[in-house]
Amino acid sequence: MTMRATFVFYAAALFLAVAAPYLGLYPVFGMQLMCFAIFACAFNLILGFSKMLSFGHAAYFGSAAYLTGWLITAHGVGPGLAILAGILLGVVLGAVIGAIAIRREGIYFAMITLALAQVVYFVCVEAPFTGGENGIQGIARESLFGVIPIQSDLVFYYLVLALLVAVMLFIARVVHSPYGQVLKAIRENEPRAISLGYRVERYKLTAFILSAGMSALAGSLKALSLGFATLTDVEQGTSGQVILMTLLGGAGTFFGPVVGAGVVVTLQQYLSDRVGAWVSVIIGVIFVICVMAFRRGVVGEVRAFFGKRSAARSTAP
Amino acid sequence: MTVFGYPLPAILGQLMLGLVNGSFYALLSLGLAVIFGLLRVVNFAHGAFYMLGAFAAYVGLTSFGISYWWLLLLAPLAVGVLGLIMERLLLQHIYRLDPLYGLLLTFGVALIAEGVMRDRFGSSGNSFPVPEALQGAFNLGFMVLPIYRAWVILASLVVCFGTWFVIERTRLGATLRAGTENVRLVQAFGINVPMMVMLTYGAGVALAAFAGVLAAPVIQVAPLMGSSIVIVVFAVVVIGGMGSIFGAIVSGLTLGMIEGLTKVVYPEASNIVVFIIMAVVLIWRPAGLFGRE
Repeated sequence: MTMRATFVFYAAALFLAVAAPYLGLYPVFGMQLMCFAIFACAFNLILGFSKMLSFGHAAYFGSAAYLTGWLITAHGVGPGLAILAGILLGVVLGAVIGAIAIRREGIYFAMITLALAQVVYFVCVEAPFTGGENGIQGIARESLFGVIPIQSDLVFYYLVLALLVAVMLFIARVVHSPYGQVLKAIRENEPRAISLGYRVERYKLTAFILSAGMSALAGSLKALSLGFATLTDVEQGTSGQVILMTLLGGAGTFFGPVVGAGVVVTLQQYLSDRVGAWVSVIIGVIFVICVMAFRRGVVGEVRAFFGKRSAARSTAP
Repeated sequence: MTVFGYPLPAILGQLMLGLVNGSFYALLSLGLAVIFGLLRVVNFAHGAFYMLGAFAAYVGLTSFGISYWWLLLLAPLAVGVLGLIMERLLLQHIYRLDPLYGLLLTFGVALIAEGVMRDRFGSSGNSFPVPEALQGAFNLGFMVLPIYRAWVILASLVVCFGTWFVIERTRLGATLRAGTENVRLVQAFGINVPMMVMLTYGAGVALAAFAGVLAAPVIQVAPLMGSSIVIVVFAVVVIGGMGSIFGAIVSGLTLGMIEGLTKVVYPEASNIVVFIIMAVVLIWRPAGLFGRE
């Protein structure tokens, strides 16, 4: 797609997102969708742009949701500070888990992140302040920094939208920076990047921590949007979902994770009451289809389609 | 009698339970290692096949009245055939791709299997009776040893050793090992490599199902029984080093026992001790204890 078409597309998408609550979108559903979109974008930074498949991203998402919820319900901390604390927790966890996991690559990396995320999960199960099976309920939103009235679902919707746009811009900035170029070089050929003198570990760890921090932001926002944090947020299933969102939408594309999050969250919302355990089957089938026949994802396929067309047009006599 | 302030019978009892769990870890990580060796696929569905093995036994007993001993043979065969079909339908098309896709594909398959079983049987557990011949317990004087537990350990040790023997000491195993080193060369010797790959996957899956049948009487047979154990088994495999058959068996059994001991000393950590050990091993020896870079 040309620059102009891309710009028009993003402008239209943004317009649609701004207008959506007035077009009949239930704001809470919109918030939930965008929280997962932030989560998937954060995940895409490491899967799409540096080919690290983390199988344990729910650890950052869920633990931040818990921390934010706990700070608000048990200590009356304001939402702004509670979100910041959640991000900080994600960054710290990301640094610790990332530092261990980047010692291996590829599938080992995936298995290690999965195993270490399981530690976070069990800590959340056992810890006294997470409320066990019930989780933390009734997380109320007070006004942000005492001025922005985010008690209103509509206001909070726009705050989450603003943060989603900020996260996407930030990721675009990171990917197009010299740092991002090195990250891409590592993705394409790690031994070569090493031989060029780059300290590959440091680059990968930074990306991992950034991704964990943004996943934590998503988790904190999710806790505030829906008003609860439960074990589902830290579970392996959530880690799987964010992978699916990214893969389905198109790993390594900017808008793909948003599309993927939209599809997966909508599917779950509408199917979970109707088909029961079949949700898991449907998610599994989408996984299989994505891997077998649809590896570029929705946005990747669309881009390839337009790329082919414009290439055909330019070579035509 | 106490050891470091902990009652000896408690320690021995937990060691025993740990060894039983360790037997399952060993069987599962063995299958995982065999599959990974040849296919370069990390079989995320391994836990699901373990679950299907247990369910095959449960259904075989309750609906068809097949005896435990036949089930020990038939359930792995049935699930193994399922594995063969899956290899033909799905896995064989992705060998050329990044191994990460294999992990994702098998993860999807695991979700499908779990969802179908949850729809059929609900999420709660079903109990499977201990076969009559193995009921009761030995009284060893210092501890009571349930016969079925002893049987689990014995059976899995025999199967593990048998698998190790086949792979390391027979001509068939030599061909398999050659396949893990250089597939094209093996093919050049006139060996039907796709067939070999398919059967290897089936065998690995059958091992998982065998573990499931063994486990059925000591745990609750439930659709999600595989999804938590597979993560532990991944950690076991990372600790042992993926390529090593021997490493998989030894680390499986050892980690099971360590987990058991943790239950005596600090029960809260028993769920995570394997993962902590994995982290320590990674920092100290990234390739795993028995692995090579």
